[in-house]
Amino acid sequence: MSDTAASAPSPEVRTVLDENDISRALTRITHEILERNRGSADVLLLGIPTRGVYLAQRVARRMAEVEGHEISAGALDVTMYRDDLRLKPARTLEHTDIPDDIDDKIVVLIDDVLYSGRTIRAALDALNELGRPRAVQLAVLVDRGHRELPIRADFVGKNLPTSLAEKVKVTLTESDDADAVSILGGAA
Amino acid sequence: MTFTHLLSAGDLDRTDAVRILDTAEELLSVASRPIKKMPTLRGRTVVNLFFEDSTRTRISFEAAAKRLSADVINFSAKGSSVSKGESLKDTALTLQAMGADAVIVRHQNSGAPHRLAHAKWTRGAVINAGDGTHEHPTQALLDAFTMRRHLGEIEGRNVTIVGDVLHSRVARSNALLLDTLGAHVTLVAPPTLLPVGVDHWPVETSYDLDAVMEKSDVVMMLRVQQERMNAAFFPSAREYSRRYGLDTARVNRLPEHAIVMHPGPMNRGMEISADVADHARSVIVEQVTNGVAVRMAVLYLLLGGAADETIDETTDDEESA
Amino acid sequence: MTTTVIRRGRLLGEDVVDLVLTDGLVAEMGADLVAPDGAPGADAGWSAADVTVIDASGMVVLPGLVDLHTHMREPGREDAETVLTGSRAAARGGFTCVHAMANTDPVADTAGVVEQVWRLGREGGFCDVQPVGAVTVGLGGQRLAELGAMADSAAGVRVFSDDGICVSDAVLMRRALEYVKAFDGVIAQHAQEPRLTEHAQMNEGPLSGELGLTGWPAVAEEAIVARDVLLAEHVGSRLHVCHVSTRGSVEIIRWAKSRGINVTAEVTPHHLLLTDELVRSYDPIYKVNPPLRSADDVQAVREALVDGTIDVVATDHAPHPMEDKECEWSAAAFGMLGLETALSVVQQTMIDPGLLTWAQVAERMSSRPAEIGRVTNQGRPIAPGEPANLVLVDAEATRTVESSDTASLSRNTPYAGLTVPGRVMATFLRGRATVLDGALQGAYV
Repeated sequence: MSDTAASAPSPEVRTVLDENDISRALTRITHEILERNRGSADVLLLGIPTRGVYLAQRVARRMAEVEGHEISAGALDVTMYRDDLRLKPARTLEHTDIPDDIDDKIVVLIDDVLYSGRTIRAALDALNELGRPRAVQLAVLVDRGHRELPIRADFVGKNLPTSLAEKVKVTLTESDDADAVSILGGAA
Repeated sequence: MTFTHLLSAGDLDRTDAVRILDTAEELLSVASRPIKKMPTLRGRTVVNLFFEDSTRTRISFEAAAKRLSADVINFSAKGSSVSKGESLKDTALTLQAMGADAVIVRHQNSGAPHRLAHAKWTRGAVINAGDGTHEHPTQALLDAFTMRRHLGEIEGRNVTIVGDVLHSRVARSNALLLDTLGAHVTLVAPPTLLPVGVDHWPVETSYDLDAVMEKSDVVMMLRVQQERMNAAFFPSAREYSRRYGLDTARVNRLPEHAIVMHPGPMNRGMEISADVADHARSVIVEQVTNGVAVRMAVLYLLLGGAADETIDETTDDEESA
Repeated sequence: MTTTVIRRGRLLGEDVVDLVLTDGLVAEMGADLVAPDGAPGADAGWSAADVTVIDASGMVVLPGLVDLHTHMREPGREDAETVLTGSRAAARGGFTCVHAMANTDPVADTAGVVEQVWRLGREGGFCDVQPVGAVTVGLGGQRLAELGAMADSAAGVRVFSDDGICVSDAVLMRRALEYVKAFDGVIAQHAQEPRLTEHAQMNEGPLSGELGLTGWPAVAEEAIVARDVLLAEHVGSRLHVCHVSTRGSVEIIRWAKSRGINVTAEVTPHHLLLTDELVRSYDPIYKVNPPLRSADDVQAVREALVDGTIDVVATDHAPHPMEDKECEWSAAAFGMLGLETALSVVQQTMIDPGLLTWAQVAERMSSRPAEIGRVTNQGRPIAPGEPANLVLVDAEATRTVESSDTASLSRNTPYAGLTVPGRVMATFLRGRATVLDGALQGAYV
């Protein structure tokens, strides 16, 4: 496919996960979390806004079905802890909601895409000031590689090798039209 | 934010104002954490340039800046430039040399922050912490924030502001900001304490406090100084408090949900009776806590990002995670 | 015998004439007196040798301007202006005579101080400096100053004013008005009721309420003007009202004149052009007393200058060092420079829109002020036998005002960055050029 950049009407879009793929991945992740931590006691799910929060809520619902009781999912906004604040005008803050004290809990951070690792680094700093968890684990829907920090995910929906020129786009029905993970652009 | 200084509440459009309030809402929780700090403004220098005494406002700004990990320098200069020899301009240029990213100015003369900002004596963001009888924008923001937390919405609410409007920068800022946020503002004062041209403000006025009590969702009492009596603004403290003071009888005529506010410091017995000041409904102490969160929001929005406004924020989604 | 020939100027903006100036007087005036090479006509009483020829093609020829209201700041505030630097600024503005106000330090309330100022003016040689004597001792508003001694001094004072401060005591004003009748003097009142204007910073109106600056209400000027015209009528004296700034004042003066009251009035160039909207910036360059007023007031004073209710334009040139202007509004001094921009502002507001002709401006800025000040050798018509006090103006030029482009020691012009019409190309004081080709002449340039 030719790529005359200036006149190309839209970048190439490839869907790599559809709604069924996403649903299965979340179900598997839910079970992996329970297996790794031998149940849900002391597990605290925190999604990173915005889409990480929706994913955390979905995992919480699945976990509740398995465990037979209510599981809560919170939100941890990391804007104030980013290391790249000065590159853009002041960003809007998202909502933070920690449903329980995090001391001695197993905090499972949940996000949609893991890329450079800087967001998770910021999340760890934020958690550090909220208390002392027993452990922090990371669940992501997609790991697209290109880490810039020594950060890795414990639970991964799909490993997606990408080039730096590509963009990974995640849409979820809570805020977009449909559940999908797509890759945009890239060199021809 | 769409501009680099906060000089007047009138400069904020609705989007900016709501953004500050929403940001403050998120930052309010910082006060209840064990570690009351975030690294966001680490390495930034914030100067408190207070030409007029004010412990409360200065401490509030200082706490706000420190909770964002900024370095704070306090500069207290009493007296006007003429009597002291060190002028506003000289002080500003000195701060400039120290590398101030933001200067928070409180001054007894209206327009001093404007001069600092526009004469380019300082390169940092200028935040007006109260200039003469002109404005006090962060006070209005924290008042609006407090109202919103209690009433849910500000739009359509009736806010009554009572007292020495003529000499009150809090009244001016509140009138402008509340109008921007969609509230109906009524100013109540004796005719001598309403400024010429108040009919051009986006407010209603009344000389009769009792007439407006029953439909007020918020009553904000302004401080009235005894010295105004000597300049013939009103005949006696007794007459003033009888006609315009908030006492228990008047408070009982307010709707159930209404709140009583006061920017402080209070002249108990003058504009507000002692028992009303300690009344369950009064939210005066809460205004102080909210003040830190609102000022953190202002500092974050002015200093937390790049100075250049041309970059579109919607690319956030694709940023490195 | 020095002779200067001015060729092809437009006399009062109208007929093209040549002028021959000899020994400080206009010797000859008429069309085509001089050949292009400067050779005299057949009947001329002068020869081509030792003659300076000035080509004034296209320029307007006016009588030397006379300012009834200038602040020289010497003695006392020589950091802001001296009689010499003020005179140089005056010459650049086309003035050949200025009245130096009395609010110096020491105050000009004795024959000694007024003679000092008068002598400094003569020594400088750039324009005639006519001192104004204070009405009250030290401007204190309590006791009359020795008005007679000042009148009899070498300075020959005829205009008395406490300008800067109002003579607010009604009895004192009455006595002053009566007393100066003995020597044909005039009291020039700075109309400002003091109690109504305590700590006042700007015009009182919706804007002062919005900006949080204490207002200076129009009524504080009008109440004093009303009182003073009635006093002048009652005691049969002359009264001059300084810097009229409001519609109300104009209407009172118009009424007074219609009754035959002997009152004259002046307006400043800045009150003809600038409004209080400029105060929004809080830049003290716009801080002045009386303050800049509303657009309606500006309209009223322009109409009054046209119909003669206001007799003259007077600059109220008020130099201040930058530290008195580079500060917060309430701490700043009141006052604006005016000598070097006056004629341009009058051209922009009155001549170019067709409200006044150059001849009418000459009345309002030369002959009438000289008459009010009883200055006999200034403000004379341009005619053979009269003193050669002249100004040549390039009315077609435009220039952008720069605050550094001034002969004054101070920089507080409110017009910096504005483009204004007209440029003074030459000024002659008794036949000698103080300004030529737009530049100051003389040893101290």
